[in-house]
Amino acid sequence: MCGGSCPLAFAMEYTPRHSIYLLKEGLLDQVLKSNTLWLCVSCYNCTSRCPSGLKITDVLFPALRDAAMSAGHTLPAEFKKALDNTYRYGNSFGEAPRKRMDWARGAGVPVPIISQLKRPVEALWLVECYPAYHPRNQLQAQAMARVLHSMGVDFAVLGPEERCVGDCERLSGEAGLFESLVEKNIALFDKYEYDEIVTADPHAFNSLTRIYPDATGRQFPVRHYVEFLAARMDALRPLLGNRIEARVTYHDNCCLGRMSGLYESPRELLRAIPGISLVEMPFTRENALCCGGGGGGMWLDTVIWQAAHERLSDRRVAHALSTGADILAVSCPFEASRFEDALKSTGNEGKIVVKDIVELLDESAGTRGGMPA
Amino acid sequence: MNIAVLLSMVPDLVEELEIAPSGVALDTQWLRYLLSESDDHALEQALLLKERYGGKVTALALDRGEAEEALYTALARGADEAVKLTGIPEEGWGKRAAAAVVGAVLKESAPDLILTGVQAIDDMDGHMAGALAGILGLPFVGVTRSVDAPGAGKVLVQKEYPGGMAAEIEVDLPAVIGVLSAPQPPRYVPVARIREARKTRTISEREAPSVAAPEGLVIRRLFKPEPAERAEMLDGTPEEMARQIVTILENRGLVR
Ligand code: SF4
Repeated sequence: MCGGSCPLAFAMEYTPRHSIYLLKEGLLDQVLKSNTLWLCVSCYNCTSRCPSGLKITDVLFPALRDAAMSAGHTLPAEFKKALDNTYRYGNSFGEAPRKRMDWARGAGVPVPIISQLKRPVEALWLVECYPAYHPRNQLQAQAMARVLHSMGVDFAVLGPEERCVGDCERLSGEAGLFESLVEKNIALFDKYEYDEIVTADPHAFNSLTRIYPDATGRQFPVRHYVEFLAARMDALRPLLGNRIEARVTYHDNCCLGRMSGLYESPRELLRAIPGISLVEMPFTRENALCCGGGGGGMWLDTVIWQAAHERLSDRRVAHALSTGADILAVSCPFEASRFEDALKSTGNEGKIVVKDIVELLDESAGTRGGMPA
Repeated sequence: MNIAVLLSMVPDLVEELEIAPSGVALDTQWLRYLLSESDDHALEQALLLKERYGGKVTALALDRGEAEEALYTALARGADEAVKLTGIPEEGWGKRAAAAVVGAVLKESAPDLILTGVQAIDDMDGHMAGALAGILGLPFVGVTRSVDAPGAGKVLVQKEYPGGMAAEIEVDLPAVIGVLSAPQPPRYVPVARIREARKTRTISEREAPSVAAPEGLVIRRLFKPEPAERAEMLDGTPEEMARQIVTILENRGLVR
C-alpha cells in the first residue's frame, strides 16, 4: 500500500515497501546508500493508508535519516545547512534571532511581544520561522496580525525569543536537535500565561498536538488558525464586508488534513467571504497531493528534482488549474511560495492566484494595506 | 600521527557589525562568534587522516565567543582531545600575537602535523598559519585541498595555484599546513552527539602562556565602507551601451 500511495515512489530506488523488506533482511546499508531516504516529503499518505498501522512517516524515514547522519554519510548541502542553521540560530534560514520581528513592521497594526506586555493574554501566537523570515510568507503573517487585531483578539507573540518548533527537523531525522528545541520551547511556553496557542503553521501544529505530548507527557492547548478563527465566526463574519468575486479552490495540506482531519474549518472560513464560490480540485481531503515541502522537503528540492524531474507542487498546481478557479487558497506558509514558484516554473504564471485563507479574510475585511517588511 | 588542529572563532556576520566607541574595534555587545570556515575544513582533513591512518587529533581554540561549542562539536565529530586556551584579553589579539601564544603551546606538545585554515574573515591575508610555522621553525604549505600521509615522516599535499594550476608537494614532518578545503565537505554531526559530548567529555583548559607579542599592524580607524560616488546608468540598445562603455574606458586611459 505504501509503495503505491507514495507520490514520489516512482523516483525512489526502493519504494517504502521495498525498503521495509530490505530492512527486514538486514540490508540497512543498501537502503542508506539509495536515494529513497531523501525523497520522502512527509506527506503521511503511506501512514494514513497503511493496513498494519506502521508509522512510516513519523518513525521509519526519520530513523533512516538518523542512521545515515550517524554513519557520517554526506548530507545534501541545503539540507545540512538548514539543520546547522536551526541548531545555531533557531531557524533554518540562518537569520539573526533579533530580526524575527522585522515582518511586523509591515503589518500596520501593533504586534505585542508577550515579554513586554507582562500580563496574561488570550492567545499566544506562534508565528514560526517561514512567516517571520521568508518575504512571501511575511505577507501571510501581516494579514494574520491585522485579522486578529480587527477581531479584537487579545494576542501576543514571543518575538526574538521564539525558536523553530522543529517538526521538519524531527522528520529530517535530527532527533537530538528536535529534543533540544522541545526543551527550549517548553521552557518558553511555561514562562508566560495565555489561554491557548495559535499558529498558522500546520507543521508546528502537527508536532505540538501529536509529538510534544509524547515527548513530554503533557498536552498543549494549541489550535491552527483555521480552527481558531472558525470558532470565532461571530466576531469574524461582520468584518467581512468586501466582496471577493472569485472561484476559489482549496488545497488540503497534509498536517491539517490527513493528520488532523481538519477539512471543514478552512472551507467554512472561505464560504464566509461574500462573493467566493468554492470549487473542489481533483484529489482533495485525505487524498490531497502534498506540496512537497514537509519533513525537510523545503531543503531537498534539488535532490528531489534530480531524481523525479518534477516537484510535487508542479503537479499540484495542475490540479488547481484544472478547476478553472481564479484563486488557489492555502493554509500553510510553505505552500504560498511553493505554488507560486510552481506556477512560474510550469509556465502558468498569472493563470491562478495563490492566497492564504487569512490573506483572503484580510482582503474581505478591508484591513489590507501591509507591505513586505 | 599526532595532529593538532587550530580552530579560530570569527565574528558571525548574521548580526550587523557595529563599531565600538573606541573607533578601532568591533562592538562586541551583540557579536556572536562561529568557527571559521576553513578551520572547519582543517578539522575535517585531520579526521580523514585519522580515519585512514590512525593517530590522535587534538583540537585547540583560543577562548573567544562560542569556542566551547566548537570544541565539543569537534569532539563529537571524532577529535580525541580538546584544549581551550584561556586568559585572552577582552579585545582579543592580533593574528601575530595569537600565533605567538599558540606557537608556545604547540612547541611543548610537539605534534607531528599542525593543520589550520589558510584564512579567515578576520585574517583574509592568511597570517595565522604562516606566522605559526615561522615561530615554530617548521615547513609550511598553504592553500591545500587535500593532505595525505602515504609514508612515514611526511605528508603529500595538493596545493592550488592561480590559473587553475595545482601542485603535489611532499612535506617533511613536523609541518604546518594552511588548509583551504578538505577533500570532502565537513561532515554533519547529529546534535545528539554534541549533547552527549557535553555530558561525557571534558575540554582541558590551559592558561595562555605570556609571550612577548610581536609588533603588528596598528588599527588607526575602523569604518564601514563609504558609498562611492553615484553610479552612472547607461541607456540604449546593447550595441549603443557597448559603444558608450568603450568610450568611457578610452577616456580614462584604460584601453587604447
Ligand atoms: S510520507 Fe509521503 S513521501 Fe514519505 S514515504 Fe510516505 S507517501 Fe512517500
